[in-house]
Amino acid sequence: MIVADLPAARLRERLRAGGLRLRTGPVVSCIRSPLEDVAAGVALHYARHPVVDEGTFADFHVSVERPASLRRWWRPQVVFRFDGDAPFAPLAGDQGFPMLEWGLNWCVSVHCHDYLIVHAAAVARGEHAVVMPAPSGSGKSTLCAALVYGGGWRLMSDELALFDRSSGCLHSLARPVSLKNGSIDALSRFAPSARMGQVVHETVKGSVTHVQPPEDAVSAVDRPAHARWIVMPQYRAGCRAELRPLPRAQAFMRLVGNAFNYHVHAALGFELIADVVSAAQCFEFVYSDLEQACRVFDRLHDSS
Amino acid sequence: MIRASLLVEVMRQPPRSAALRERDWDVLVRQARRTGLLARLAHALSSQGVHEVPVASRRHLDVAVRLSSVQRQEVRREVALLQHALRPLDVPIVLMKGAAYVMAGSPAAEGRLFSDLDILVPRHRLAEVEALLMARGWATTHLSAYDQRYYREWMHELPPMVHIHRNTVLDVHHNILPQTARDRPDAALLLEASRPIDGEPALRVLAPADLVLHSMSHLFHNDDLGHALRDLSDLDLLLRDRLHDGDFWPALLDRAEQLRLTRPLRYGLRYSHAVLATPIPAHVLRHADRWAPSRPVASCMDALWSRALSPRHASCDDLLSPLARGALWVRAHWLRMPPPLLVRHLATKALRAHPPRQRRTPPAAADR
Repeated sequence: MIVADLPAARLRERLRAGGLRLRTGPVVSCIRSPLEDVAAGVALHYARHPVVDEGTFADFHVSVERPASLRRWWRPQVVFRFDGDAPFAPLAGDQGFPMLEWGLNWCVSVHCHDYLIVHAAAVARGEHAVVMPAPSGSGKSTLCAALVYGGGWRLMSDELALFDRSSGCLHSLARPVSLKNGSIDALSRFAPSARMGQVVHETVKGSVTHVQPPEDAVSAVDRPAHARWIVMPQYRAGCRAELRPLPRAQAFMRLVGNAFNYHVHAALGFELIADVVSAAQCFEFVYSDLEQACRVFDRLHDSS
Repeated sequence: MIRASLLVEVMRQPPRSAALRERDWDVLVRQARRTGLLARLAHALSSQGVHEVPVASRRHLDVAVRLSSVQRQEVRREVALLQHALRPLDVPIVLMKGAAYVMAGSPAAEGRLFSDLDILVPRHRLAEVEALLMARGWATTHLSAYDQRYYREWMHELPPMVHIHRNTVLDVHHNILPQTARDRPDAALLLEASRPIDGEPALRVLAPADLVLHSMSHLFHNDDLGHALRDLSDLDLLLRDRLHDGDFWPALLDRAEQLRLTRPLRYGLRYSHAVLATPIPAHVLRHADRWAPSRPVASCMDALWSRALSPRHASCDDLLSPLARGALWVRAHWLRMPPPLLVRHLATKALRAHPPRQRRTPPAAADR
């Protein structure tokens, strides 16, 4: 069963009561929320994701709800809870769905140490993936969105590249892509067919929204890939899209610097990243125009 | 007396996990994670020959074991760096809690997660120690004038120090209970009885009885009971480690009197035995019972602690659990400070602008 198979009322009932157990690749999350914007967000963005039944083990039990204080009514807030514990300060009342997404990213990045997790976008064609490690604000999600909604690449993740500890393979989450501020309009112009959720304003990151993961990403979520290209993206207004080779040692350091749990894997982490970098071609990439960027990635794929 | 949670049942008798269904494992892993006992649960299972863990749960147990072993390694490294930093002073460094368990090879190090490093130094050397640590990269925290005063005048430790590069937290203690606490041991006795660690002549740990008494006084004076069951499990392992040491039990009873820690000892023995089935000799339990409070108070404490020592998870709470935790929070403060100071302290805390528990703004996985 997938989320879209649940009638709207049933979906909301599950979110309100026992929780909706949702599978996104290697992770099962049990989500509870009485909030309508969260329910609408889940219905849109996770429409094609499998729902597992109540007796199934869930990796994470999370909820997004109103706090049990005056802020329930007076200038309402939302709070994210991880199995009853609130690891983050509450946010303004309309930020329920973005908070759920941020919370789920947090759950994966601090618990799933069976993967080496890099703060990176990852997209693939067949078995070959591009991994794009970069800090927030470098244009990684925007580029990732352009590649998967108009560039013929399959979305693995826009935030968390999961490298299997033992095989070094890259695993997919196929969760919604987050966009903020100028990227929102840029993507709707570039890929009008991309389905976006409600835009939420005045968050810590400005205006944010999410884009529904494409169908092919969800249906191929269990198909691992190999990192064939490591690309460090950087948006620079007005520049021509250009790939420049990056020395492997630097690519190595950039992956380490963007890893969430490098320290957990000790020597194995070092070797894993070294192997990934040795087997990949490494580049820096500057871009401003999404169309141009997609063409450069096409050529990259065809040339190797 | 205690309504056993699933976690406690399995910790007591790991083979019982064979009967668990998938939905029970779901609850078990959640209870253990909330309590900080995932890695120890994994250890309890594997040491009892239970290897049949469903794959979805196995994953979380394996991860916790890995994290715990990485943290043990980090503790060793941090201790080495600390020792190096303090070498010029020639001051005895007594490791406490987690770091002591790791460095002394105690079974209580097994499956433990660590958050900070705790050391005990003589009070008259505190200023020198702090100055040198600051010169070597440890910075003080809690910068408000009130907090500084709170720690320096009333508490048994300096404000927590954080290393500016490694972000590791160091608590420098000069006693094991606050200076304002009603019953407080003489720290000189603790230092005097401390012993060197094999192969690490500059490092010391508390004597075996003191180690146990510290673990008890910490747990039964603590206002933060989120990991109470984890602390009780530490205590259980420390006690089991001394099971066959005939001299230990009489020494423990004597020492509790000497250090004025008879009440925490009584609670520690009682609840460790009742909750985790620690095999404590019957005569020791009987002996410690003479330090019990009056009968009505004792029953009330049983009702409170049976709740506080359950995993802090929705699946274990009853209607009275929040009340019990609240009452024990008040009790912890009551034991920590005389009433006038307590009123003033709580009023100051309540009126402060920022919340006592620093919470981050949303994750956005990125903004670490």
